[in-house]
Amino acid sequence: MTLRRPPTRAELRRQRMEELVTYPLDWLEERSGLVGGIRYFLFRNVPSDVNWMQTLGSAALTAFLVQAITGVILAMYYTPSAATDPATGKPVAYESIQNITDHLTLGWLVRGMHRWGASVFIILMFLHMGRVFLFGAYKYPRELNWIVGVLILVLGMMEGFTGYLLPWDQTAYWATVVGINLNGTAPFLGPWLAQFLRSGQEITGETLTRFYSLHMLVIPAGIMALIGLHLYLVIRLGVSSPPWSKEAAGMEPAEEEPVPARRPGLMRPVPRGAGAAAIQAEPGGRD
Amino acid sequence: MEPEQPSPDTERASLHEETQVPPPTLWPAGFAIGVVVILVGLVVHPELISPIGAAIAVVFGYLWARDATAELRGRAIVVEPERRERPEPREPAAPTGLEGVAPRPAVETAVTRSRFLEGATLGLGGVIGGLITVPVAGFAILPSYLGQKQHKVDLGPLSMFPLGQWFVATFTTDPAEGEVSRRTAFIRNNGTVADPKTGQMVPSFTIISNRCAHLGCPVQANGPSGAILGQKTVFERTANGKVRLIPVVPAGYGCPCHGGQYDTEGNRTAGPPVRALDRYAFEIDNGRLVLLSTYSVSHVVGTGAQAKIYKYQEAGPGQHVDGPEQWFYPLQPPHH
Repeated sequence: MTLRRPPTRAELRRQRMEELVTYPLDWLEERSGLVGGIRYFLFRNVPSDVNWMQTLGSAALTAFLVQAITGVILAMYYTPSAATDPATGKPVAYESIQNITDHLTLGWLVRGMHRWGASVFIILMFLHMGRVFLFGAYKYPRELNWIVGVLILVLGMMEGFTGYLLPWDQTAYWATVVGINLNGTAPFLGPWLAQFLRSGQEITGETLTRFYSLHMLVIPAGIMALIGLHLYLVIRLGVSSPPWSKEAAGMEPAEEEPVPARRPGLMRPVPRGAGAAAIQAEPGGRD
Repeated sequence: MEPEQPSPDTERASLHEETQVPPPTLWPAGFAIGVVVILVGLVVHPELISPIGAAIAVVFGYLWARDATAELRGRAIVVEPERRERPEPREPAAPTGLEGVAPRPAVETAVTRSRFLEGATLGLGGVIGGLITVPVAGFAILPSYLGQKQHKVDLGPLSMFPLGQWFVATFTTDPAEGEVSRRTAFIRNNGTVADPKTGQMVPSFTIISNRCAHLGCPVQANGPSGAILGQKTVFERTANGKVRLIPVVPAGYGCPCHGGQYDTEGNRTAGPPVRALDRYAFEIDNGRLVLLSTYSVSHVVGTGAQAKIYKYQEAGPGQHVDGPEQWFYPLQPPHH
C-alpha cells in the first residue's frame, strides 16, 4: 500500500525529465520501429560459453570502419593526378601524399592509420576466418555466411591492391606493373582483364584515376553491401557455441521453446535461439 | 457439379464493387501537359510559351483540386454506374466460378488490369535496367581505347650510334603523358644488311625492350656502363623530349624483381620468363633512328644483323607466344 500523497516538486521534475528523454525515442519508435530494431540487433542472446576469439569479426568490422573514416579524410586532400607539377618536377599525386604526411595537421596520423590499418584489416579478416574454421562455425546452416565472408576477403585484398598504387612512387608503380601483368597471364581473359585494369595498353595517369575510383567507390560499396548481408545472416542464424561447449552447438533447451512447425520465413523475425533450436529439432538434424 | 447461375445478390455485390471506383479524370493529365509546356517554353520562348503553359497548368490544377476535394467539401460524387453485359456462357457446363474450385469462366482469362500493370512495370524496369547495363558492361569488357595512334620515338641521327656499340636508351613515348611514359631500350647498331626482298643494303639495329617477359619489371644490363668505360652518357633533345644514351657493355640482361636472365639478344637463359625480350620495330627517317611499336619474340637464333628473330604479335608479359601454352591467349586486346 503506497501512501497517496501529491508528488513532491522533485518527483515532478524527475518525471518531466524522464518524459523529455523518452519522448523523442517514443516518437521515433512509433513511426519507424527503429529503436526496437536496434535493440533487436544489439541485445541478442548468445551462448553462455562464447569465447574471446568470437570477437574477431567485430574487430575486423571496426578495422574496416577505421579505413572508411580515414579514407574519407584522405580523399579530401589527395589528388589522383600523374601530371608533373612544373614547380617541383614531381607528380601531383606523389606531392599531395607528401603534403598530407608533412604539412597537414595530423595528416601523418590519418595516413598512418589508413596505411597500417589496411594490413590490420586483412590480418583480422584472416584471423576471424581461422576462428570460424577451427570452431566449425561454417557448417550448416552457416555455409552461406562463409561464402559471403570469403567475398569480403577478396574485395578487401582488391582494396589493398588498388590502394597501393595511389602514392604513385616507384614501389607503387612497379608493384602495380607486376600485379596487373600477373592478372594478364590468366588464361583466355587475362589480357583483357589486364587492359581493363590499366585502362589501355600501358600504365598511365588513367590507371591511377581508375584505381582511385575503384579503391574509394566501387569496392567499398561492395564491401559494405556484403558486410550488411554478413551481419544479417549472423543475426538470423545466431552465434555458434565453441566446439568444447557442453551444450550442442547453438541449441537451447527444447522444453523451453516450442518448436515451430516450419522454419521461420524470411520476413518473420526469429526470436534468438528459437531459430537455431527449430533447425536442430527438425527431422534429420543433429538432435 | 451442377452448373448454376449466380444469385442476384452476388451479382449485385460484384457490380457494387466496380462502381465504387471513382471515375477516371483527365485533369491531372491536363496539368501535366501544362507543366511540360512551361518547361518546353523555357527553352523555346520563355516570354510567350511558358505563360501559356502556366495558364493551362493553373486551369487544370484548379479543376483537379476541385475534383479531388469534392468529398471533403461535402459535394456528392456523381458516379455513373458502369454497366457490362454478362457474356453468354459458351458451354452450358461452364460454371461462373463464384463458388469453390470451379474453373474460371472464359471472360476472366483475359489480361486483367493488375496483371497488365505488373507486366508493364517489370517490362519497363527490365528495359531501363538493360539500358543502364549496356554502357557499364561495354565499359568493362571493351578496350578502353580503340584506334590508338602509334607512338613514334625519335632517337636522333644515326651518327649517335657507332657500329657495334650498345646503348641503354631512355625516352618518353608520349611527352604529353609525361614521365609515366618513359621507356628503356637496349640498342646496338649492326651496320648494314641486305634486305631479303629487294637486295638493297639497309641499316640494321638490334633494339630490345627492357620490359621483362616474366611480369614486366625493368630489366637491367649486366655489365659496366658509362663512366667506367671512359665514355660519356649522351643527352639529346628530340621531338620526343629528352633522350638519354648510356654506353654499356652488356654480358646479358637481368631482372631485379624475380631474377629472370637473358643473353644480349634477349633470349631467356634462366629464371621465370616465358619467352625472349620484346623488340622495337624501327625505321630510318631522314637519317634519324625512329622507334615504332613493340612486338613479341619467342627466341632469337644468331646475333646482330644475321639474327633470325621469331616474331609474334605483341603479348603481355608472362604470356606464351609459342608452344601449346599460346592457346591460353587466343585473343589479344587491340594494340597499336
